[in-house]
This record gives sequence, C-alpha cells and structure tokens, in this order.
Amino acid sequence: MPISFEKAENTREAERAYHQIAVERMRPISRKYDDHEHDLPVEWIDWFWREGRKGAGRADGEGDGFVQVCIQAEELCWGDAALYLRMPTPALGGSAVAAAGTNEQKERFLAPFRGDGHAIWGAMAITEPNAGSDAAAIETTARLEGDEWVLNGTKIFCTAGQGASEVPGGFVVVWATVDKSAGRAGIKSFVVPAGTPGMTLVGLEKKLGIRASDTATLRFENCRVPRDHLLGSEKVKKADPSQTGDKGFKGAMATFDASRPIVAAMAVGVGRAALDFVTEELAREGVRLRFDAPPRELTAMERDLIDMTAELQAARLLTWRAARLLNRMKPNNLEASMAKAKAGLAVTRITQKAVALLGPAGYSKKLLLEKWMRDAKINDIYEGTQQINQLIVARRILGYSSSALR
Amino acid sequence: MLEQAHELGLVANALPEAFGGGGERSAIAGALIAEELAYGDLAIALAILSPGLLALPVADFGTDAQRKELLPRFATSSFRPGALALTEPHFGSDPFRPRTTARREGGEYVLDGAKCQVPWLDGDDMLLVSATEAGAAQLFLVPRAATGLSAERERNMGLLALPTAELRFAGVRLPASARLGGEAGADLRALLARGRVALAATGVGLARAAFEVARDYAKERQTFGAPIATRQAIAFKLSDMAIEIDGARLLVWEAAWRLDRGESALREATLAYEQVKRIALEVADGAVQVFGGHGYTREYLPELHLRNARGYASFEALALV
Repeated sequence: MPISFEKAENTREAERAYHQIAVERMRPISRKYDDHEHDLPVEWIDWFWREGRKGAGRADGEGDGFVQVCIQAEELCWGDAALYLRMPTPALGGSAVAAAGTNEQKERFLAPFRGDGHAIWGAMAITEPNAGSDAAAIETTARLEGDEWVLNGTKIFCTAGQGASEVPGGFVVVWATVDKSAGRAGIKSFVVPAGTPGMTLVGLEKKLGIRASDTATLRFENCRVPRDHLLGSEKVKKADPSQTGDKGFKGAMATFDASRPIVAAMAVGVGRAALDFVTEELAREGVRLRFDAPPRELTAMERDLIDMTAELQAARLLTWRAARLLNRMKPNNLEASMAKAKAGLAVTRITQKAVALLGPAGYSKKLLLEKWMRDAKINDIYEGTQQINQLIVARRILGYSSSALR
Repeated sequence: MLEQAHELGLVANALPEAFGGGGERSAIAGALIAEELAYGDLAIALAILSPGLLALPVADFGTDAQRKELLPRFATSSFRPGALALTEPHFGSDPFRPRTTARREGGEYVLDGAKCQVPWLDGDDMLLVSATEAGAAQLFLVPRAATGLSAERERNMGLLALPTAELRFAGVRLPASARLGGEAGADLRALLARGRVALAATGVGLARAAFEVARDYAKERQTFGAPIATRQAIAFKLSDMAIEIDGARLLVWEAAWRLDRGESALREATLAYEQVKRIALEVADGAVQVFGGHGYTREYLPELHLRNARGYASFEALALV
C-alpha cells in the first residue's frame, strides 16, 4: 500500500461542512454553557437532532471511513469539545454495542437513534470509585435470575450519563462482573435502557473543563434487564479470553481500540482551536513563523509556535494511522494507544503554552482560550490516562503480558 | 562497503533515465532509504548517500550541458562521492543567506568565503558550493583542485566514519558555466526542503536504532531479580521513545509525500526536521540512560548514537531526497 496522506473528496467536503457547523452552531454558545455548567444546551441539541445527525459526510466505510470520523471529531471539537460530547448520539455505548453485540442487538439498540422521536443518548459506564483503568477490579455485579440480569453497584465519570440514563429511548452500557473469582474473564457488558427501575442518577460532576458535558454518577440497585441485553457471550472462560475468542472482556476492550483514535482526534481539535487562535493573534502583533530563518534569528515565540505546530501535526498523523488500520480491519491496539497518549499530552501542553503566550488576555474569560486549556486537559485523562496508554504501549513494544508489566 | 551499497542503485535509481539513471525519483523512497541506512549507522549512511549531494541538485537545476557532463558518472556501477558545501563556520550560519560571495568579473565568477561540515570523501573532483551572488543565494560547481580553494579535514564529536572538511575560498575563479542552472540558477529553498526531509529521515533511523538497543538491553539487564524493562520508570521511557519516533516518521513521510506531489513543502520539511532534531537527541540520551554506566562506555552503541544525534543542531543538507 503506497504511503499517502491524500484525503478523499467526500472527506474534504465533510471537513468544510463540519467546520461551518463549529463556527456557526458551537462557538457562539461555548461561553454560555461553560458558565452554566449543568444547563441543557437546548439550541445545540435540538439543531443536532433535527439537522446535524444526518451527517455532513459519509461514515459508512466509503472514502476515508474511520479517518473521516476522526476529522469530524477534530472539526467539531475545534468548535467546542463539551458540546461535541453532549450530542445526542449512541456515543461510546454505541461503540460497545457495535464491537460486541449481535446484528440483532445492534439493530434493536441503535435504530432509535435514526428514528423520528425526541433526542436520545447512549453512554458507557465503566469507572467505579475503586476501579478506573483497572477494569478487572470492577465491583458492580450482575446476577442471572431467571431470564433477567440483576445489576448492583455504582458507576462514576459516565460521560453523557444524564441523558442516557434518564431520557427514554437511550441506554447505558454497564460493565459488571458475573463472577468476581474469574477476574477479567468475569467482566461482561449489559445494555440498560434509560429509565430502567433500579438505575438512578445520583449526581453530576463539577469539572475543570468540558462543562457542557454531563458526567454522571449512576447507582444500580437491583436493576433488572432482560437476559438478551448482555453483549457477547454469557460464558465465563477462565483461560486467557484473548486466546479463546470470548467477546466479553475482549469485546469490551476492543471498544477502546475504536474510541481512542476518536478521543485523540477530539484532542487534536481542541489543541488546534488554541493554536489557530494564538497563531492569528500573534500574527496581528507581527509574529510570523519563518521556516527559512537561521536559528539565531528565531524568537522564542516563533520557536514555541513551530514546536506546537509540529507536535499537533504528529498527534494528528498518529491518530489517522490508528484510524486507517481500523478501516483495513487490522489490529490497532498499539497505534490507538500511541495516538491517544501523544494527542492527550500534546494538546495539554499546546493549550497551556497558548494561554501563556497571550499573557493576561489568554488568562481572561473574555477569550475562549482559557476554556480550551481547561477542556484540553481531559484528553490526557479519560479513555485511559496518559500513563495507562504508556503502559499499553510499553507492553506491546516489549512483548510483555499485563502480569509481567503492571 | 560504499561500492557494495552503491551497486544497489540507491542514488542512481533516482537520476533521470536519459543520463543512465533509473528515472524513479521519489522523496518517499528517499526517506525510507535514508531511515534504513541511518538505522545502521548515520555516518556511513551519509557517505553512501553522498553522490546525491552533487547529482540530485544537478538533476534538478542543472543546464542541459551540466547534466550531460556530470550525471552519467553517478549512474555508473562504481561509487563516486558528491559534495555540497552550504554550512559556514561562523556563528549563526544561515543556509538561505550565505556569507560566501560570488562576484561577477568579466566572463568569470570569483568566489570568496568559508564552508564547513562538507562531506569530503575521495573519488570525485567536483563539489557544489552555495554563495550569494547579486543578492541571492546560488550554487556553483567548483573543481576540488581549484586554485584558491583549500580544504582541511575536520575532527567532530560524532559522524566519525564520514570524512568532512572545512573549506576556504580565496578568490577562486570559475568560468561563467559554473553557475548551476545557468541564467535560471538554482532554487535553494527547494534544495533545503529536500535536505531537511532527508536528514529528518536519517534522524528517525538513528533514533530507532538507539531505541531498539535500549529496549533489548532493558529486557536483559536484571535488577532486584527482574529485568529493568518490567519497571515503569524504564518501560514508560521506552514507550515515549516509540511514540515520538512514530510521530516524527509520519511528519517526515508527509513532507516527502508533498515533495512528490510537486509542492515546495519547506514548511512541512522544516517542521519535521525541527521535531526530529529534538527527538533524535532525546531518544539517544534516553538510551544512554537506560544503559546506565554501560551507556557511557564505548563498549555499547548509545554513546555513539548520542554523539551523532547532537549534530543535527547544525547539520543542513548532508543528504538529499
């Protein structure tokens, strides 16, 4: 396969369309929903459900496929990352269903998102007070009683968890153990429809950034779902599930291989928002990037901008590489974690540097720059922290199992 | 070894068919070749690729007569080194605005100035020199034996397997036909973009070599009953190296891809090179650190990688794609 960085024509069209949405629909309400953290951004949600969800381009595998999904994420997060996370879509819950569900389950749970009713959300609930990236430490239990699974436990940091748990038609994919003694192999995921008795929204986080995104704590108390709401196989295989083809834990983890490039692309979008802005502001002050100046003549600001530009592009290209592997149905676990680790850290640094470069103006809420710095930081944390992704990369490059390198 | 490598046609393949070359010029292919050779050894890689320092600018900018005279010799089966003199020994050398001057005197050019870090392998009698002429940077073909040109072998911290020279030009008189490209001249920006892509690619290769020896050593070296690679302090360092190397390589490929599409790509080439300058040094330094005291000894390669990596701070167009 030749080395090419060419974008398909329909990708370029989609890019332009998403950029316009970012400029016209997202930026004007960015400040409002950052200031009013838990208010529902109704104008955005209504517009997205009415118009936006039709999509500006195609994400059906034609053209650039998954790369186009990344470009959509980048453009819309250039607009506003929190509003992107607030879009009424199946989101990570949908990714989980797509990764581990049967065709029938995919149709059943995802079709309403194409329907005519009101706006609905999907979400995925993994993290617990005592289990973050160490998903095998999950304490939420699922017990089979007759033809129903009974869920008990508490989930935190569930993105879009308010919409997905409360608005009828949506769902939360909940990770729970069916056999604590089985460790990883006992972890399964369950689709819990919004409004299911026993699932309660306990609270919403107040956060550093991405404030327009609802980050929920959900409690499950004898929450019952039909037996066929389990994604993947019911069987607990105590042997290494990666060897046995069990889609339970493996399927759940596969969600990350698909979601990490998207998160990396989201990060790149926020980083680009800050870099574009600061580059334009400094250009107005006479600071221009020269690529033909001798080192002694480059100012500190030019050096910073060159470094930020290169870092952002490296993160973007790593992201697209991970996405292209998905297009070709190739394993991308290593590449997805590389992209996520690089992008999360790069945009954290880029946005923080951007605030510093503009001085008091950068620090002021008159501009959105300070918001982008706060928004950017989450990319170094969720979907696996920087350190968890370093760990995954390290295991891959060293050929170590998760027990050899902890 | 240079002869054996030359037989692979690594440079000749990129020269025009009309002059005996393979007619398959590709910056992407050039970047792949440069990375792989530098993965073996940076200095030897630059020696192997040195014919391109003269042949590729002549192919790109030369007049018909210059191409006819100079290109066939680089398309034969025996190795001939090229030489390209851009960098100057004074503080703050600027490849776009050389202090070396070419003054027009009647039907001749008179060259005055100094150059350094010029690859200086035996086996050819010409070199290309950048000089400011009528306010713009141009390239001139200079016989190595020209009167007024003196060469002194350099001793550098790294690149020990690549002979380099510091050159002095004191009133070197050249015929009018020595100006590369004749009236049209040469495009230094295009040349430097190609140099930055090539050097950045070698930096990726060097970094990959340093990373791999560090990785392998970390899996063997035991402390407190386990390989040091099982400690996060080492594992995460290796992980960062791998990520940065892959990111830098993609920047290099993107710049090369743009060159192949006919874009000037100086911006992308410079971004990639700036990134590689940092990463090659960080990875080489990290490799020395992973080896600990052994990394400081000449028994292992990381100290060599570190000495070579530091050179990118001043290297310019030591290879071309």
